[in-house]
Amino acid sequence: MSANQALIAYTLRLADNALILAQRMVELVAAEPELEEELANANFALDFIGQARMFYTYAGELEGQGRSEDDFAFMRDEREFGNLLLLEQPNGHFGDALVRQFLFEAFYLHLLEALMRCSDQRLCEIAARAIKEVKYHFRHSSHWLVRLGDGTELSHNRAQTSLDDAWRYTGEMFTADEIDTAMQENFDGPDLASIHELWRRDIATVVVEATLQLPDDQWMASGGKQGRHSEHLGFLLAEMQYLQRSFPGATW
Amino acid sequence: MVAAEVKREQVFEWLANVPDPEIPVLSILDLGIVRDVDVSAGVTVTLTPTYSGCPATEVIESTVLMALRQHGVVDVAIKRVLSPPWTTDWITADGREKLRRYGIAPPSKEKPVACPQCESLDTECVSEFGSTACKAAWRCRECLEPFEYFKCL
Ligand SMILES: [Zn+2]
Repeated sequence: MSANQALIAYTLRLADNALILAQRMVELVAAEPELEEELANANFALDFIGQARMFYTYAGELEGQGRSEDDFAFMRDEREFGNLLLLEQPNGHFGDALVRQFLFEAFYLHLLEALMRCSDQRLCEIAARAIKEVKYHFRHSSHWLVRLGDGTELSHNRAQTSLDDAWRYTGEMFTADEIDTAMQENFDGPDLASIHELWRRDIATVVVEATLQLPDDQWMASGGKQGRHSEHLGFLLAEMQYLQRSFPGATW
Repeated sequence: MVAAEVKREQVFEWLANVPDPEIPVLSILDLGIVRDVDVSAGVTVTLTPTYSGCPATEVIESTVLMALRQHGVVDVAIKRVLSPPWTTDWITADGREKLRRYGIAPPSKEKPVACPQCESLDTECVSEFGSTACKAAWRCRECLEPFEYFKCL
């Protein structure tokens, strides 16, 4: 794999993470428990869609085959998506969705910070733009985790279960494969081992404040980055891609 | 009009009339998203998005194209730059004053935020999230009016 091919694959993974998470958040629009959360969720989803667009557009330029952001989002199959398994998991209840945001955003923040220092200028620029938004998102999900964990007995127990259930999907964030390695070697990309430490430190601080327990490391699911997804992604894509698949080239 | 005759200052004057679609009292110049205007070969307007997912980005770009076309400039290119990322510090003093008159408290490093209606500092944040990503909902305890606050970014 050439350095350019690795960069394209890496950029598409970043785009897929943002898009698939945004699609899950979009499913919650008009279904949040209160108005403030309704506005927060919809606006945060928009941020992620915007980030996905910047990454897809860049991947298309690198590839040079004329594929647009829409081609990547709507005309690729499940196996071609490189998002993390965590992000395609169904929303579940409010606590499940919140914990998913929390665990991912803590990771994404450090990933973007590392990308701001990589040698690919465009990724640096997109990361610098995105990190301002993600900092704010993480503050929001951290606050909520504390409210749920340090809330009632019911909310505490549910938040703990959400955390325990999501834990098995966190392993692949830090497992470097050949694309991560190529990104690191050729473009001074993120070092996932050191991000893992920072992530653990950050989430531990919040989890303790939330009076919750950090789960023990257990068997970790993996394969999302390489396109081996859980059964949930197919259903998500079927809904998201329906219009463009049924009416290719539709405009409005 | 031939593009070569267009003066840079002239283009800025036209852009001063292009509103931000979400807060139409502000022009895109007030908002600080016009990075550069280049008239050396056609007209190139360099813009920066406020937020990654700002739905207004495309609207702004097409409004700029239309505004210049109305003045007979057809050779227009829009350049989108990300770096350095936009910050609320780039909203002009004029823009901040327009926001206040419109009833939106401009971004402020100091808290509490002054009420845009009565200037009281006896205000409180009701919700960090407002009608758009860039605004929060606040309330004035003096005049009892709710108001929007443009968050720092
Ligand atoms: Zn007041």
